[in-house]
Amino acid sequence: MKRQHRAPLVSILILLGLLLAACGGGSTTTSGTSSSGSTPTTASQAPVTLNIFAAASLTESFNAIATQYKTAHPNVTLKYNFNGSQILVQQIINGAPADVFASADTTNMQKATAAGLVTTPKVFAQNKITVVIPAGNPGNITSLKDLAKKGEKIVVAAPAVPVGKYGLQVLDKMGKSPQYGPAYESAVKANFVSQEDNVKAVIQKVQLGEADAGIVYRTDVTTAVANKVKLIEIPDNFNVIAQYPIATVKSSKNAAAAQDFVQYILSSGGQTVLEKYGFISTGSSGS
Amino acid sequence: MEQSARKESVQHLTAVTNISKSQRFTRWPARLLVGVLATLFLLFIGIPLASLLFQEPPSAIWSELQQPVVLQALQLSLITTTLSTLTAVVFGLPVAYVLARYNFAGKKLLETLVTLPTVLPPVVAGVALLLTFGRMGLIGRYLDMIGITIPFTTVAVVMAQTFVAAPFFVNSAKAGFEQLDRRYEQAAYTLRASPFYTFFRVVLPLVQPALLSGIGLSWARSLGEFGATITFAGNFAGTTQTVPIAVYLASETDLDQAIALAVVLLAVSFGLLLALRVGRK
Repeated sequence: MKRQHRAPLVSILILLGLLLAACGGGSTTTSGTSSSGSTPTTASQAPVTLNIFAAASLTESFNAIATQYKTAHPNVTLKYNFNGSQILVQQIINGAPADVFASADTTNMQKATAAGLVTTPKVFAQNKITVVIPAGNPGNITSLKDLAKKGEKIVVAAPAVPVGKYGLQVLDKMGKSPQYGPAYESAVKANFVSQEDNVKAVIQKVQLGEADAGIVYRTDVTTAVANKVKLIEIPDNFNVIAQYPIATVKSSKNAAAAQDFVQYILSSGGQTVLEKYGFISTGSSGS
Repeated sequence: MEQSARKESVQHLTAVTNISKSQRFTRWPARLLVGVLATLFLLFIGIPLASLLFQEPPSAIWSELQQPVVLQALQLSLITTTLSTLTAVVFGLPVAYVLARYNFAGKKLLETLVTLPTVLPPVVAGVALLLTFGRMGLIGRYLDMIGITIPFTTVAVVMAQTFVAAPFFVNSAKAGFEQLDRRYEQAAYTLRASPFYTFFRVVLPLVQPALLSGIGLSWARSLGEFGATITFAGNFAGTTQTVPIAVYLASETDLDQAIALAVVLLAVSFGLLLALRVGRK
């Protein structure tokens, strides 16, 4: 009796193991491209792993950059840690092993600089804020004014998250203008139903149709979500230009490789990819 | 059946050879090993918890506690966890009883299903709840038509907590029922007791330790619940911001407030778990 019961159990475990192995094989953050004959630009051939701590809004663009970077630097493996910038800086301050830090705002980068943990940061990209609504538009929102309608469900990021802070700045500007006014600002704030921990969570709720509107970065309207959400542009005079600084971490064990990566991001190679994903390039191509 | 026979034989052997239980462990290697392992484990659990307590002076903790954000989070956590534990008990007792007492096709699948929320990453549980009860969800879309939306409400918090915590209660209660001798119930029935009377006056008192332990586990799990709550219910002070979410957000900007909240959570959990343990006697 016991032997008969063991065989199905063992086979199920083996099946699960195979499934996990198959899934695990496909989920690396860098893809090993089989490029022929491109000579690497770095001198050292020793395999290097770089821990890149990057803001959540950089997910798609940095993943695309990783593919290109691997071609030029086959010995370098990029390991990404994408999260809210406020979390990343806390992690670095508490000793997490990072080689590069790319923040979504200068405030969090300043925290790292003040703690003496990073080299001089450089702004590598800029981003704008936008309002997104689900494709089905359950809240009947056609313009920015509709955000103040009673009962609309607006999801934003928490004030500690860069995009949350920028959203509040945009509303502040609108509140100070004659076009919208302070009543508008308080009405919109009264419609906040959730303050998420990172910008991707905001997009998720809009995408699922839970929120009537969300305040996110322009770049968060990726190809993956483009057909599930619609944009309501915020005019430039109210918008906030988010500055993204990047710096190498002083305690990095791969300082040269880290510096190479930062240089690549600042160069035309990196800037082209960033622009493709909706960022505003800084025009500081240092290649 | 095998277990009780084994127990009996050990007891018999002990009695016959006249060695008391404590005397069987006089060999010092065994004692030393047990002592070392146990001490290491207790230190591993105890030191991090103590470090929370000694980080701040009590006065600092007290002043942080009086912030409205903190009080709101505490109140919300206490209310929602009580409700979710109650829900787990009311709905979980029948499930536990059925799984313990009856045999039917697909029983093993059901048992696995009930245990599944414990192995799911909490955020996955939250996404699942959102896909079901969200405005565009499988069931949620119909609820939305009659004007009921669940996400971003306190009800969503209770649902998320129940989803992840109830399995703990069910499994504990099931174990309790399983080891209760059926002859007690059968005796009650021969004395013309109704099934309800038997359940509430005979069975439940006898499985009280398992139930209390299950309530403790379930309550503790729902108190610490974060991922499913923030995904399904969101985060808004007063409505959906429970203590774990408040701690997490505070830890990113105001570590002192986070520690104060953590200390309170610790104290409340410790108190309740202790009370449940004492109640078992």
